[in-house]
Amino acid sequence: MNKYPISIEPFGEYAMLIKWPEEVKESILEDMLQFSSYLESNCLKKEKWELVPAYHTMAVIRRVPIEDSANLKRELLMWYEKATKAESPDRFLWKLPVCYDKEFAPDLPEVSEKLGMTPEELVSLHTSCTYTVYGLGFLPGFMYLGGLPESLQVPRREHPRMKVEAGSVGLAGQQTGVYPQESPGGWNIIGNCPIQSFNSENDPPSFISTGDKIRFYEISEGEYQLFKLESEVGIHKIEKIKLDADS
Amino acid sequence: MLTVKKTGLYTSIQDLGRFGYRKLGVPGSGAMDSYAASVANSLLENEEEDAVLEITMTGPTLVFEKATYIATSGAELSMKCNDESLEKNSVHKIEAGDEISFGQLEHGFRGYLAVKGGFKTKMVLGSRSFYFPVTDLAMVKEHMQIPYEETLDFEPRISSVTTKGFYKENILKVSPGPEYAMLNDTQLEAIFSKNFTIAKENNRMAYQLEEAIEGHKMSMLTSATLPGTIQFTPAGKLIILMRDGQTTGGYPRVLQLSSTAVSLLAQKKYGDHIRLRMH
Repeated sequence: MNKYPISIEPFGEYAMLIKWPEEVKESILEDMLQFSSYLESNCLKKEKWELVPAYHTMAVIRRVPIEDSANLKRELLMWYEKATKAESPDRFLWKLPVCYDKEFAPDLPEVSEKLGMTPEELVSLHTSCTYTVYGLGFLPGFMYLGGLPESLQVPRREHPRMKVEAGSVGLAGQQTGVYPQESPGGWNIIGNCPIQSFNSENDPPSFISTGDKIRFYEISEGEYQLFKLESEVGIHKIEKIKLDADS
Repeated sequence: MLTVKKTGLYTSIQDLGRFGYRKLGVPGSGAMDSYAASVANSLLENEEEDAVLEITMTGPTLVFEKATYIATSGAELSMKCNDESLEKNSVHKIEAGDEISFGQLEHGFRGYLAVKGGFKTKMVLGSRSFYFPVTDLAMVKEHMQIPYEETLDFEPRISSVTTKGFYKENILKVSPGPEYAMLNDTQLEAIFSKNFTIAKENNRMAYQLEEAIEGHKMSMLTSATLPGTIQFTPAGKLIILMRDGQTTGGYPRVLQLSSTAVSLLAQKKYGDHIRLRMH
């Protein structure tokens, strides 16, 4: 495993922020997640510490104020040098169904025109890519996905919607993703995913973690209704493939 | 049980909040003014993680079905048990059938009502703090029943305290945030000299400040945020994230409020003024 030049600075009374080189890169994400698993299993008890990795940074948060941040910084640097792989939890490629039918995709016609392709071409491109989860945040269960091809990059809507339905699949700049809840939003909506990846009745409440991968596949409206029902009553079996730790 | 007869403006159950789920996008939540919630719990000799009611500006009307003891702290809100006035920061005995109601807000913004033994609403992900959609509700509903255990006899070791010393502070202490270094001299001078006004956009998620300072063009990748993180928008606005604030964000995090400052800010409302000072 490559080691990167990392920096560690205090972030308020309760946290430290570790920064890797500022790039959207799988190898950086991988190194950060390896370190995060190493810390969780060997150094920082989960009752007292939580880690928030996203893109190239990871916050290390203590439940009570950090007394000696200089010492913690030394320890973190030492642990980073010592950190070995192997303790990583399993990662998965999740296959998420999306219905791209008109009623779920208010912006599909306009966006495909802007991108100079037919709606069918857009859907086929969107479902042919594998996206990496670079972080979860903003709203419970919201995924920051990387890996959108340039040919699908389109600016946010000029006028955000006051209400975007839960499950909406959107495009915005270099990002694509799913709105986990109904919320206001400015992304271009091209479909809807009937599966809720976040449910606070479960612990952990999200089956997707940072570092996982996502692929979308197209479903019909009929399948959409069935999957939604199955997901709501908790019997939907989502397709997942275990990712090889070395891939 | 107690029954909510009137909800008030924004009343919710809060405790110390959730821990360990920020990496899935779940904020900590918990009492906005954790100092006041602790005072109310301490007077009743409760555990520090016991759940209290957070009352915002206009208080609820509550009918208690079982005898217990209560204490309130935080905002200056006049409070009555049936027709009799009750003092804040003191322990009061409640009989079955008593009705607690609140009147005028005199100072501050959020009051805390603790009950002996804490409120026993459902735990979700290790906390009773309301946060929609992690919990079913964002705030209490009319006619809703809130469970607590009956207490017939309790001799408080300390029956009243004063919190005036804590709340007289108008200056919020900050430390540098991760992107502090991006601030130029003009921006720094503005941040530490302006008397900022609390904007209309203020709630449990974030407090926006009315006055803009010189903006910027920095763009960064999304990274972790905390309660008390001050985000700096390209248009020059400062947004202070609070207990229900998003767990990650893409605006530069120029400053970080101390935890005391988060509690103090939780008592500010639209139109109030604050100043920022480096620790």
